Amino acid sequence: MTIPMVFILLSIIFVVLRVMPGDPVSSMLGGHAPDSVIEEKKEQLGLNRPLPIQYVEYLVQICRLDLGDSMVFNERVTKSIADKLPATIELTIFGSIITLVLGVFMGAYAADKRRQPQDYLIRFYGIVIYCIPVYWMGLMLQLIFGIWLDVLPIAGRTGPRVFASMFEKTGFYIVDTILVRDFSALADVLVHLILPSVTLGLVLSGVFVRLTRANMLEVLKADYIIAAEARGIRHRKIVYKHALKNAFIPVLTMMGLQFALLLAGAILTETTFSWPGMGRLLLERIYLRDYPTIQGIIIVFVLIVAMVSLLVDIIYAIIDPRIRY
Amino acid sequence: MPFSPATGLAQLISRFTGMGKKYGVEWWILVAGALIVLAIVLMAMFSGAIAPFNPHDQNAGPQLAPPGGQHIMGTDNLQRDVWSRIIFGSQTILRIAVLAAIFSSIIGISLGLVSGFSGGFFDRVLSLVMDSLYSFPGLILAIAFATMLGPGVINITLAVSVIYIPTYFRLVRGQTLSIKEELYVEAAKAIGASRFTILWKYIFPNVIATTVVVFSLNIADAIMIEAALTYLGLGLPPSIVDWGMDLAMGKKFLPSGQWWLITFPGAMISMLAIGFTMLGEGLSEILNPRLLER
Repeated sequence: MTIPMVFILLSIIFVVLRVMPGDPVSSMLGGHAPDSVIEEKKEQLGLNRPLPIQYVEYLVQICRLDLGDSMVFNERVTKSIADKLPATIELTIFGSIITLVLGVFMGAYAADKRRQPQDYLIRFYGIVIYCIPVYWMGLMLQLIFGIWLDVLPIAGRTGPRVFASMFEKTGFYIVDTILVRDFSALADVLVHLILPSVTLGLVLSGVFVRLTRANMLEVLKADYIIAAEARGIRHRKIVYKHALKNAFIPVLTMMGLQFALLLAGAILTETTFSWPGMGRLLLERIYLRDYPTIQGIIIVFVLIVAMVSLLVDIIYAIIDPRIRY
Repeated sequence: MPFSPATGLAQLISRFTGMGKKYGVEWWILVAGALIVLAIVLMAMFSGAIAPFNPHDQNAGPQLAPPGGQHIMGTDNLQRDVWSRIIFGSQTILRIAVLAAIFSSIIGISLGLVSGFSGGFFDRVLSLVMDSLYSFPGLILAIAFATMLGPGVINITLAVSVIYIPTYFRLVRGQTLSIKEELYVEAAKAIGASRFTILWKYIFPNVIATTVVVFSLNIADAIMIEAALTYLGLGLPPSIVDWGMDLAMGKKFLPSGQWWLITFPGAMISMLAIGFTMLGEGLSEILNPRLLER
């Protein structure tokens, strides 16, 4: 399933970026560039060749993990992406942890208290929080915690006194600071992570509240739960251990699908928090009309989404003994 | 008994509460959502009459005045009245979100009907394409489209609508697959109805009910995507009044503490999205209690 999906998405991207109206070269060079210059640049980028040939070349390039050169900077596209990717991954990992913890526990609690005020309150939270645009949530948290209370930083991955170059190894600042045992820098990095990852985590938790609640309701009706109840096991243990474990499996599958939402949220969160990740890179390059980089970033997003869905399938098979491939 | 406004109103209220007793909380969610949506739709329809200032008036008041007095939501850095911009901004976002939802539902529903009904190779390929699109982050897709198409109301509508086509397609195709096995479809075939007649008169009416719910939730989502695109500076030329663009502009004044520039546009985007979501949730619980537990 994953391979045809990737192939189709890559083809769609090709169609959107190359076949659809809109000419990258003339828009990059501005309306005043002489035709000869435009033609020369097109020739150089291979945009003058017939589309089927461009398409085959595009696929071959991707298979070789070569995303071409930036049109604006003298740099490989893979290099600029590799620089920014760790920041985005760090943000999405922390965001998803917050989402999962919040969403799963609130969902389980609501299901346990079905049709009681707590249930309605949590379901209302689920609807409202999902409808709050992630960038606005970010701005409001910045306003409250960064400006009014002035307790948390509102931009960037580190403070001005922590030099990223000191620990640039993997690009994952948490790992890097631990590797060089610079714990004050680690604290600084973690503090900078709080607001962006809380923003991302809060907004997406609504989806998981609903999912967990719906699954828990099904599971709580099952015979083995009634049996456990009859044997006199404590109610809390039944709900949060026996039932939640079983309700969690479909939630995990949804996590794979929701990962796309998480990535989209990350792009918006990055813009709000000046977080130097893939989303910021994408937007910067859109303003500069650097088409090879734009294309490269979207391709990397496709690969990430595909990888996550594959990963979820594998984890699914491991934790659910009924599934064997 | 002659009709009078008072008895009419009383009847209406008793029917309302009667529905509330019948369906419980879901009914009130539906009503609350409908009221929010109605209020903002009225705001958009009568913008000219409600707004105290012209939204483009760069002389409406002092620069960056906090809420109060003549300007209940303050003024921005170009001396424009924030409340008037909020009122006029509702037109832009509603128009784009609703148009996008209509556009994607028409394409998605018709493709889903034809694909589910005809089956075969065409159906397999189309389903695979739609599933792939569905799995990819909608916002990134919309960003790619908006980048290529350039700013403009029509272009942003297209960019937003593309990402919802798979939602309708999957829903309608699945239902078509099961409905086409029904006895009454077979009866229609037996009396010699054409394929078009079967699709249009026998299958389509049975499919449309569930898409109503999705349509409402779809508008809610489209509102947030539209605002996200304009917030990122991709969607619209600056001459158009838009909540997302106002939010992006207000963001620059956050460090200096001008809270009203981001609070109000963002709150409006959320309110509108919440309104449509509540409408959809309420409808779905009432029309089809199992749909949301998928």
